[in-house]
Amino acid sequence: MKQLYESQRAMRNMRKAAMQRGVVAILDVGTSKVACLVLKFDGPERFRDVDGVGSMAGQSSFRVIGAATTRSRGMRFGEVDAMKEAESAIRTALRNAQKMANVRVDHVIACLSGARPRSYGLEGVAELSGNVVTDTDIGRVLGSCEMPDIGSGREVLHAQPVNFALDHRSGMSDPRGQIGSRLSTDMHLLTVDGHVLQNLLHCIKRCDVELAGLASSAYVSGISSLVEDEQELGAACIDMGGGATSLSIFMKKHMIYADSVRMGGDHVTSDISMGLQVPLATAERIKTFYGGVVATGMDDREMIEIGGETGDWERDRRTISRAELIGIMRPRIEEILEEVRARLDAAGFEHLPGQSIVLTGGASQIPGLDGLASRILGQQVRLGRPLRVQGLPQAATGPAFAASVGLTLFAAHPQDEWWDFELPAERYPARSLRRAVRWFRDNW
Amino acid sequence: MQSLGPATRRDPAPSRLGYRFQRLMLTPGVRRAIRIGLPLMLLAIIVTTWFANPGNREMLQQRIETIISSIEERPEFMVNVMSVEAQDGDLTPELMQAIRVALPVNFPMSSFDMDLESYREQVEAIPAVDQAMLRIRPGGILEVAVAVRIPVAIWRQGEALLLIDSSGVVMGNLSERASRIDLPLIAGDGAHSVIAEALKIFEVAGPLAPRVRGLVRMGERRWDVVLDRGQRLMLPSRNPISSFERIVAMNQAQDLLDREVTVIDLRNENRPTIRLGENAAAEMRRINASVSGTGN
Repeated sequence: MKQLYESQRAMRNMRKAAMQRGVVAILDVGTSKVACLVLKFDGPERFRDVDGVGSMAGQSSFRVIGAATTRSRGMRFGEVDAMKEAESAIRTALRNAQKMANVRVDHVIACLSGARPRSYGLEGVAELSGNVVTDTDIGRVLGSCEMPDIGSGREVLHAQPVNFALDHRSGMSDPRGQIGSRLSTDMHLLTVDGHVLQNLLHCIKRCDVELAGLASSAYVSGISSLVEDEQELGAACIDMGGGATSLSIFMKKHMIYADSVRMGGDHVTSDISMGLQVPLATAERIKTFYGGVVATGMDDREMIEIGGETGDWERDRRTISRAELIGIMRPRIEEILEEVRARLDAAGFEHLPGQSIVLTGGASQIPGLDGLASRILGQQVRLGRPLRVQGLPQAATGPAFAASVGLTLFAAHPQDEWWDFELPAERYPARSLRRAVRWFRDNW
Repeated sequence: MQSLGPATRRDPAPSRLGYRFQRLMLTPGVRRAIRIGLPLMLLAIIVTTWFANPGNREMLQQRIETIISSIEERPEFMVNVMSVEAQDGDLTPELMQAIRVALPVNFPMSSFDMDLESYREQVEAIPAVDQAMLRIRPGGILEVAVAVRIPVAIWRQGEALLLIDSSGVVMGNLSERASRIDLPLIAGDGAHSVIAEALKIFEVAGPLAPRVRGLVRMGERRWDVVLDRGQRLMLPSRNPISSFERIVAMNQAQDLLDREVTVIDLRNENRPTIRLGENAAAEMRRINASVSGTGN
């Protein structure tokens, strides 16, 4: 616990150093693509002296000066599968982004989508030392949260206080300065598989950059594609990526739950590849050009050349109708969405005041997905795109970049986490002081 | 036979070395070093190799010298004539000659080569010159304007007769007193340093002036006025002028100095003392005896 605190604090310091330098890269290592954006922090609000979120949610403090996307290699389910390959993919993205930005980047903030995230709700209670809630009180109440058994080899990725209660008043976002006697908090803890994390970090470290932050892609795509009232009232963001579909539930502007389904667009592609007996690249092309989930009568007549390179005329001239393609794709997408439904139900999503669900991520671009999703997930489904940030190239504004854009927001204005508060340090010195006094009294 | 299918795609990923090299080149310090430092170094190498050859160095030096001399020797900068003038009064031909000899110039000469400051010092080193002003007038004329020292007194030092000016500076020798009969004579050690006082004494002499032979500085603190007929006035060290004025007035009233008095001692102001000549003293004694009958 202590070690985690120290390492996360070190990461925060690194982020501060990166801010000072003014250039930081964000790296979204996904299963289908690696995206890298280089941010320059020189906006008008960089040196704000008041705290709190600035205009445009702090976005005006930075702009994107370099962007690069490359096909991902050596990744499966959002996890590193082949280190060398993944490293070279990351290197390519970093190289291209640096080339475009024409600056050297030393700090990277990364996100990961796989690694089996698991959410925990923690509760902590502490008596105030004085009348007024101070920073140390918050640190103490956060420190008093009982650590659940997260399992061996797992690491904490996020530990965000989502609610504070002072005596009998609950739902405070910031109790500092308020008067009371008993402070309690609810903390959301997100853990991931430590080895998967280590692999990714090793790949990033091999690219000569320092890690200045780490986030879950479920969280960052949520903050980029959910609008403010959705975040406030309760909403789920479903980021349908290549190898994993991550979902996060937001309430009162805090993430309260995150999970990941280890299925995504790549599985649809491999279904097509297997069903039609075509290479994966062809399957991917067919999926993106002709894919869909709702078949109509028109689709029976629309024939698709699926091609081939075997030299066998019969095989290379095969055609299928679009309805057949939809027939292959739809079951897999239904499976993904049903899995998501199950996770949402497990999280108690139906008890939230707002029930809106936002679909984003590369695989959410399948035509007709919103209709299918509303049938499975509920009525309030919409397709979401990440919000625009300054300098973002047009090619990187699609839903596939929800996590990347969310990471830029995360880099500019990270939410307070447990390690942002000072750990209560009075425990040990107080005892040793008392011991010293006793020793003094005993001897004289 | 080579396969006709599409060649294997090149790996788009940069090699680790290439990646590092790119990052190195993006480092601001390295970029600046290459953009500025490298050309500068190249330039420095070229220049040093060129200067390493002694022939080149010599050639450059000669070129510079020719250019400098070609500018200096333009007729606009040449000085051909020297004019020596006195600021007030007139110059003796000897002094003019002395100035011309003292200045180490041989015309025509470039004005860049002239060190007017040192010339001025050389001219002012001549005793008869008080101040000198040198400038190069348009038209190539070196103008020397001289303020000449004017002798105000003759100072006798043993056998030598020295001319001194109003600030007590010795200007030169005088062969004989008769040649400058218009100047007063002073003598004694340190007389020249209080020349102003001496001149004041001469000034107030008034009717006594024809009889004054000169002043003698006694013990570097007071004056003796020496008159003809071996008379001597011993002035006090304090207020000698008023004392002398008193004597002059007394002389006018009582013709004191026309009598046989050898010394009038005014050193004690409250008690002037007179020393009589031999005859006068005898006469005095006789008169006293006849008046008082005591015969002293």
